[in-house]
Amino acid sequence: MSTTIDKVATPAPMAAPRQRGYWGTVGYRLRHDPVTLCFGALLLAIILSAVFAPWLAPFDPYRESIIRRLKAPGYMGHMLGTDELGRDMLSRLLHGGRLTLTMGMVPVLLATLIGGGLGVVAGFLGGVANAAIMRVMDVFYAFPSVLLAVAISGAMGGGVLNGMIALTLVFIPPLCRVAETATTQVRNLDFVDAARATGAPLRLVLWHHVLGNVLGPILIYASSLISVGIILASGLSFLGLGVKPPEPDWGLMLNALRQAIYVSPLVAAMPGIAIFLTSVSLNMVSDGLRAAMDVRS
Amino acid sequence: MFSYVLRRLLAAVPIALGVSMVCFGLVYLAPGDPVQTLLPPDADAETVAQLKRLYGLDRPLAVQYLSWLGRVLSGDFGRSIATGRPVAEEIARSLGNTVLLAGLSVVVAFSVAFALGTIAGRRAGSWLDRCVTGVAVVGVSVPNYWLGIVLVIVFAVEMMALPASGMAGDGFDPTSWEHLKHLVLPVITLSMIPVGIIARTTRSAVSEVMNQEFVTTLRANGLPEWRVLRHALKNALPPVLAVMGLQFGTLMGGSILVETVFSWPGSGFLLSKAILTRDVPVLQGTILVLALIFVLTNLAVDLVQSSVDPRIRRA
Repeated sequence: MSTTIDKVATPAPMAAPRQRGYWGTVGYRLRHDPVTLCFGALLLAIILSAVFAPWLAPFDPYRESIIRRLKAPGYMGHMLGTDELGRDMLSRLLHGGRLTLTMGMVPVLLATLIGGGLGVVAGFLGGVANAAIMRVMDVFYAFPSVLLAVAISGAMGGGVLNGMIALTLVFIPPLCRVAETATTQVRNLDFVDAARATGAPLRLVLWHHVLGNVLGPILIYASSLISVGIILASGLSFLGLGVKPPEPDWGLMLNALRQAIYVSPLVAAMPGIAIFLTSVSLNMVSDGLRAAMDVRS
Repeated sequence: MFSYVLRRLLAAVPIALGVSMVCFGLVYLAPGDPVQTLLPPDADAETVAQLKRLYGLDRPLAVQYLSWLGRVLSGDFGRSIATGRPVAEEIARSLGNTVLLAGLSVVVAFSVAFALGTIAGRRAGSWLDRCVTGVAVVGVSVPNYWLGIVLVIVFAVEMMALPASGMAGDGFDPTSWEHLKHLVLPVITLSMIPVGIIARTTRSAVSEVMNQEFVTTLRANGLPEWRVLRHALKNALPPVLAVMGLQFGTLMGGSILVETVFSWPGSGFLLSKAILTRDVPVLQGTILVLALIFVLTNLAVDLVQSSVDPRIRRA
């Protein structure tokens, strides 16, 4: 990877004090960017606490208790209080991260593979194939993302799987566009022609010369979509289109606790804080990565 | 100019047709046979076939699509399963409320974000710039349905200063304080994301213009800083206005979550109710109208921008 990026990205020597490779510079810049590091640590903590939720959660996230409904934080060992059915909030928030993060991240991953793949093919082939793929993308691009996600998952009848399919379809067009633009630029550069002229097989040209150079922009863009994915996924659950009760999910919890804003406002706001912290840290890390990987600065 | 407008208009037609195909196809994404939702589960095969004939569901898909398109073009979106009223009527009643909400939100967002972005862009890299960039990141990261709930908790539940939901009666009267009060929280909530996006755009546009040579010339000629800024802002404005226009279209289709939080009787709330009751005709009609509005706003922004800046026409 490092060898291929260098080829187009850095024609002139880097303006760094010592001579570093491309990834060396990226790492150097990241190490000296405390803001990105802090949010990166926060993001890591959120992901790890979701992964290890079963071991970290102090209570069973499904166990209800009629006498312990909507208790304030600190009540009888419930560090963050209890929800409208008396279930422990901390345990549900920890477990909820699993579904929310999965539902937000998997679609971006799938869309990167499908949309990015289609975009690279469209950009590399050009002509009719390009027009066919990109005109179809234009149609899906003509929907605001929230609307398209709601439309598809609403028509399919909700559920986690349908929600993830809907979000994947939402993210394919923008990723396809980014991939197509990057590929079209690279394809017309001389070194691709040179590689083909010297008899490099098509597979190798695509893999090494094209993909090696367009993967960076695609991945940076995809990383910025994960935060949108989390917000949209929680939004679908909030509308009743994603995760179904009694499963814990941040968006669904936010919706279920809406009735409790008069009784227990602090508890009612908590799932949103989790969504917000995740999405802020994702955005900050993605911005930091983009800045660190920008060869021009 | 004329040929450019014509080209853009013609390019929008296939997209609009594609959008209509997607909306038509939504019905077939629904699990099970469309007629089964209308019949008791123990209906015999003959009744099913009869109903299918009645609704034209036994005809080829292309024929069904064309006849549906014909009806939609004449304003007939079918009837709501939940209320029995024509879908067109339901959409017409709610659309104005969403236009009001989205329009105001975009205007509010623009005024706030343009000021913030200008402050940041003038001194790119300063601590002020970092603060504004931070605000912009928060703006785009905050789930607006949660922000709405937090605002309701603070201003409606705790302070009891503003209403938590609804619209204070049918229709909107801009002279009535009660009507305006109902708008405050939804508008703030909905304008959060555009504030982030417009502030970012303004910042980069202003900082780019401030680095251009004509700004140096103006300063060298001894112009006071506020007049230099006025020249610079004139140059930074067009791309920002374009983003603002695009945001209006996005909010029109994307206000569903905020409208649900505030029970705002707009098209988004209509959509959210249609999802709960599995009212497919309303779902289909509303999504079609909102998506077409999005396409039309994008087209309008494009045309206005190209009339302001002739360089775009050549692209």
